[in-house]
Amino acid sequence: MSAINDSAVIARRNLIRMGRIPEMLIFGLIQPIMFVVLFTYVFGGSIQVGSSSSTQAYREFLMAGIFAQTVTFATAGAGAGIADDMHKGLIDRFRSLPMARGAVLTGRTLADLVQTALTLVVLAVVAVIVGWRTHENAGKVLAGFGLLLLLGYAFSWIGALIGLSVRTPEAATSGGLIWLFPLTFISNAFVDANQMPTFLRHIAEWNPFSATVQACRELFGNLPPGFKAPDAWPMQHPVWASLIWSVLIIALFRTLAVRKYRSATA
Amino acid sequence: MPGAIYAEGLVKTFGDVKALDGVDLDVPEGTVLGLLGPNGAGKTTTVRCLTTLLRPDSGKAVVAGLDVLRQPDAVRRSIGLSGQFAAVDEYLTGRENLQMVGQLYQMKAKPAKARAIELLEQFDLADAADRPAKTYSGGMRRRLDLAAALVVSPPVMFMDEPTTGLDPRNRQLLWEVIKRLVSSGTTLLLTTQYLEEADHLAHEIAVVDHGRVIAKGTSDQLKARTGGERVEVVVHEREAIQPASEVLRGFGKGETTVEDHMRKLTVPVTGGAKLLAEVIRELDSRGIEIDDIGLRRPTLDDVFLSLTGHVAETKSEENGKEETAK
Repeated sequence: MSAINDSAVIARRNLIRMGRIPEMLIFGLIQPIMFVVLFTYVFGGSIQVGSSSSTQAYREFLMAGIFAQTVTFATAGAGAGIADDMHKGLIDRFRSLPMARGAVLTGRTLADLVQTALTLVVLAVVAVIVGWRTHENAGKVLAGFGLLLLLGYAFSWIGALIGLSVRTPEAATSGGLIWLFPLTFISNAFVDANQMPTFLRHIAEWNPFSATVQACRELFGNLPPGFKAPDAWPMQHPVWASLIWSVLIIALFRTLAVRKYRSATA
Repeated sequence: MPGAIYAEGLVKTFGDVKALDGVDLDVPEGTVLGLLGPNGAGKTTTVRCLTTLLRPDSGKAVVAGLDVLRQPDAVRRSIGLSGQFAAVDEYLTGRENLQMVGQLYQMKAKPAKARAIELLEQFDLADAADRPAKTYSGGMRRRLDLAAALVVSPPVMFMDEPTTGLDPRNRQLLWEVIKRLVSSGTTLLLTTQYLEEADHLAHEIAVVDHGRVIAKGTSDQLKARTGGERVEVVVHEREAIQPASEVLRGFGKGETTVEDHMRKLTVPVTGGAKLLAEVIRELDSRGIEIDDIGLRRPTLDDVFLSLTGHVAETKSEENGKEETAK
């Protein structure tokens, strides 16, 4: 039981912090909002998705990609937060207390999940303002957001491992971000992967990130007209693929991060 | 029967650096051991091994009657740790910090809150209880950190350089707190770079260097080994060295050492301030002009010099960081 209580105590602590540093939440929102606006108005109309190059088709296609990219940025937040705790000696204090071993990291990732959810709500409102619409029932739309949250939660465990492995919060922020750019760009997030060169297309189709994007497009009813899902298994069964990828990432990185925590030293 | 803190042959290696090279300690219940040594000597590593934060490569450690390697969780319930940095969440208020620590010691929310308020009173932080720790001064943060280590009134406490970086007033305040704590029966292991601090607080002192305990004893015993107090004179002119040395010979309890280039003479004495006054009168009556004179008590450097033949490497700030960074 102490694992649950301890995680809750730590999650509460991180949520209090979040409330006292609102600028973190605000800056976390600016970037995805900028992406929504830039991609919609700059690229919209010049990027062909499926058989359509209409601005509206791209707008709807784009949002799942931006949502998914935004949730993966939770990696940097978790990483920087944990690196900061190490740096300040807090991890030492926690490790000297008779508390559950994984609770510091679980509490942190759960607090990040709350932050990710808040970010998604704001982002969805902005998306609706610039013209994003869903064409499926509310249950499916919510399921799509559920997959996004799960992906974000999975990635915050990657961030936790990075945070425990570097020496400064700054390193954790950049270490948590740089690899996200190739990961999110070599995917179906912003363009129709069918139009990529073969080699990149294969990567994009099996990219864990693409599975969630594709699943959300299906669940939101945002697949462009004339779009044919690639033959790769994750693209044919994106909801399952998204679930499996996220669970695998959590299982692997949670194990690694908790092991690292046990021997962690500030 | 081993004491409340007991270590035997602790060894810890980081890469090719032997941070601990067989540390032995035995602290009887209710007493204070001062672990004295320069940065990088192995003080912090010793504390980390004893508080379950670091697993030694070999050796045995028992804290509060519990095997540190086999029952780490039971040990964690019986200890309080206050580290080199004030490990408090700066965005949480003092009360929230202490309540969080209490809950992580597995107290229920309500008693944890009540205990937090009690500790804030006790540590003179009640007025700042609901302010984020970010707004606290350095001394206040240290007090909050110490309070956090005391939430469950653990029988065994570890403090790693509790006053490093504090101004004299805050150091005094913290010393008072520590003394009160010890008088209530807590066993304490305290690391410090300051002989004065160990002198003030510790029943016994263990001097550490290169990962080993090189000397153990009360502060008087250690000072005796270091040679007690000395009179140090800096004369104004080089020509005065010879006559001054003759004067000092009359008062000294041993050989006078002369550092020519600095015009400095040093001689071991007994007799304290009274003797110093006599020396000054005598030098004055002979018309020897002096730039500086003083009674020197042994410092950490002197203890080191006499015990190891080398000066404490206080410059090795990075070593200390390394030690904690690995």
